[in-house]
Amino acid sequence: MEKKVLFTYIDDPAQVKVETYVGHGGYTAWQKALKQMKPADVIDEVKKSGLRGRGGAGFPAGLKWSFVPKDSPKPRYLICNADESEPGTCKDRVLMEHDPHGVIEGMAIASYAIGSHLCFIYIRGEFGGPIRCMEQAVKEAYAKGYLGKNVFGTGYDLDMIVHTGGGAYICGEETALLNSLEGERGMSRIRPPFPAIEGLYACPTVVNNVETLASVPHIINNGAEWYTSMGTEKSAGTKIFSLSGHVNKPGNYELELGTPLSYLINDLGGGIKDGLKLKAVIPGGSSTPFLLPDQLDTKLDYESIAAAGSMLGSGGVIVLHEKTCIVWVIERLIHFYRHESCGKCTPCREGTGWLEQLISRIERGEGKPGDLEKIESICDNILGRTVCPLGDAAVMPIQSALKLFRDEWQYHIDNKRCLVKSEFAFA
Amino acid sequence: MILNETSVAEIKEKMVRYPRRKSAILPALTVAYHQVGHLNDDIYDEIASIIDIPAVEIAEAATFYTMFPKHPVGKYLIQVCHNISCALLGADSLVHYLEEKLGIKKGETTPDNVFTLITVECLGSCASAPMMQINDQYYEFLTREKVDAILDELRKQA
Ligand SMILES: Cc1cc2nc3c(=O)[nH]c(=O)nc-3n(C[C@H](O)[C@H](O)[C@H](O)COP(=O)(O)O)c2cc1C
Ligand code: FES
Repeated sequence: MEKKVLFTYIDDPAQVKVETYVGHGGYTAWQKALKQMKPADVIDEVKKSGLRGRGGAGFPAGLKWSFVPKDSPKPRYLICNADESEPGTCKDRVLMEHDPHGVIEGMAIASYAIGSHLCFIYIRGEFGGPIRCMEQAVKEAYAKGYLGKNVFGTGYDLDMIVHTGGGAYICGEETALLNSLEGERGMSRIRPPFPAIEGLYACPTVVNNVETLASVPHIINNGAEWYTSMGTEKSAGTKIFSLSGHVNKPGNYELELGTPLSYLINDLGGGIKDGLKLKAVIPGGSSTPFLLPDQLDTKLDYESIAAAGSMLGSGGVIVLHEKTCIVWVIERLIHFYRHESCGKCTPCREGTGWLEQLISRIERGEGKPGDLEKIESICDNILGRTVCPLGDAAVMPIQSALKLFRDEWQYHIDNKRCLVKSEFAFA
Repeated sequence: MILNETSVAEIKEKMVRYPRRKSAILPALTVAYHQVGHLNDDIYDEIASIIDIPAVEIAEAATFYTMFPKHPVGKYLIQVCHNISCALLGADSLVHYLEEKLGIKKGETTPDNVFTLITVECLGSCASAPMMQINDQYYEFLTREKVDAILDELRKQA
């Protein structure tokens, strides 16, 4: 069901101001962590809360923090990943624009937990509004002493830099982000070493998504038990879902994990646009496999969506109605992935280009017999064979579309046109 | 010099905050882009001398990032998102509408140098589709009426 934790004050325009944020109980968690908890206690609490990464992979946040070596003489860094570029995903932006201090407070607590005295928020460069909002909020937090030297008189110093990107999807991938932040081309790195051991400037680094970090102050304030009382056993808490595409009421909705997909699409989203029938749903951002109309009762949590054959991913729920050509959808997506491939590894660089050629040709009505098999074989040669998961991200929706809508692809090749033509007017 | 005093000061101010100077490349490019509207070799040279890093390294980074045009564009750079969520709600017809209204094709600039029209990938505004970005500003839930009003307003300011 809908449950506002991160979104409690999202509609209050004054929430961006530090005074309002503090009036709503802001920065108490930061103070509590610094004054009453040891870094290890913070990590324990977050571990117990079951908080998982909201950037796509769902990795347990507390566990990730615990990988930072305790005895390393090097500085450590915390980075908040605000690159938000996975098609269908537009939630982090809302947090930055409407509750920027929540993001700052989460970053501060996570920094303390891993022993970082300099943290960064990497925001995609196009996000003019959120960038200005975060910069202003950081300035206010410094002015009030929540950042800077000797925070709350505890002797802890913490600096925060708002860093902006240059419009590359790949820079959301954590190792590419590190290169980008170092002033290099945003190309991914081979792991290991993992960032927790050797990240930014070869120092221990934790990268977390905006929403993950924004959840942390709530957990510190209310306790892990409170957090696990929401959601399911393995998917605790709440998550923001960005609902887009063919629904009557698109938007960002915060739900308890485990809420049925139908509730999001029909109850909150007002059902399918123009009274048409549902064709498919992409549940976790553009790189996740499709769900079909008979899977609408799937619960929105990591395990249930995986059991249904897809992924929760970033929570970008894209809805397609019956008048959508699946080849057309996939052509859009492969164009995107080809454009965004950083070019470092051959399967991704060459594979996405080849896939785009084949898929565009089918969409244009010039597909040939054997094309589908060729596409499948290229996909097989990309999946799991690339430096970073961008290759997998490109391939997963294609494989899923071929499996679930094979007839439609075949029709395209045989008849040299769409079974249903996607012609979407704007108002 | 292409970069003005404000830009240079801003780059210097940002630069000193990073543990390593090279991290200031992207912020510096951003400052230059906001002042000039595009990037080029001369700008890389100037940034190189401000942050004291070889110009080739500036160029190497800059050419990776598609957000910065590498040659002059119109005063207003119209960037229409044509990715999936926007496309489902008519991004293609939005592009056609803009092409007709401006009398140019996608990728072109109006003869008076006021508008350049391009398509871009997802701008993280998918639940407010269809949308476009003009310079630093997002315009969402677009309708013909809204597009007309936006263009009229910008033309007045041009
Ligand atoms: C191609 C690609 C793009 C990604 N983009 C983002 C992004 O925009 N934002 C984000 O938080 N994570 C993104 N990720 C995931 C990050 O690599 C990383 O897992 C995440 O930031 C970790 O934070 P979390 O554990 O809090 O989710 C992306 C991953 C890949 C492979
Ligand atoms: S698809 Fe257009 S903003 Fe995301």
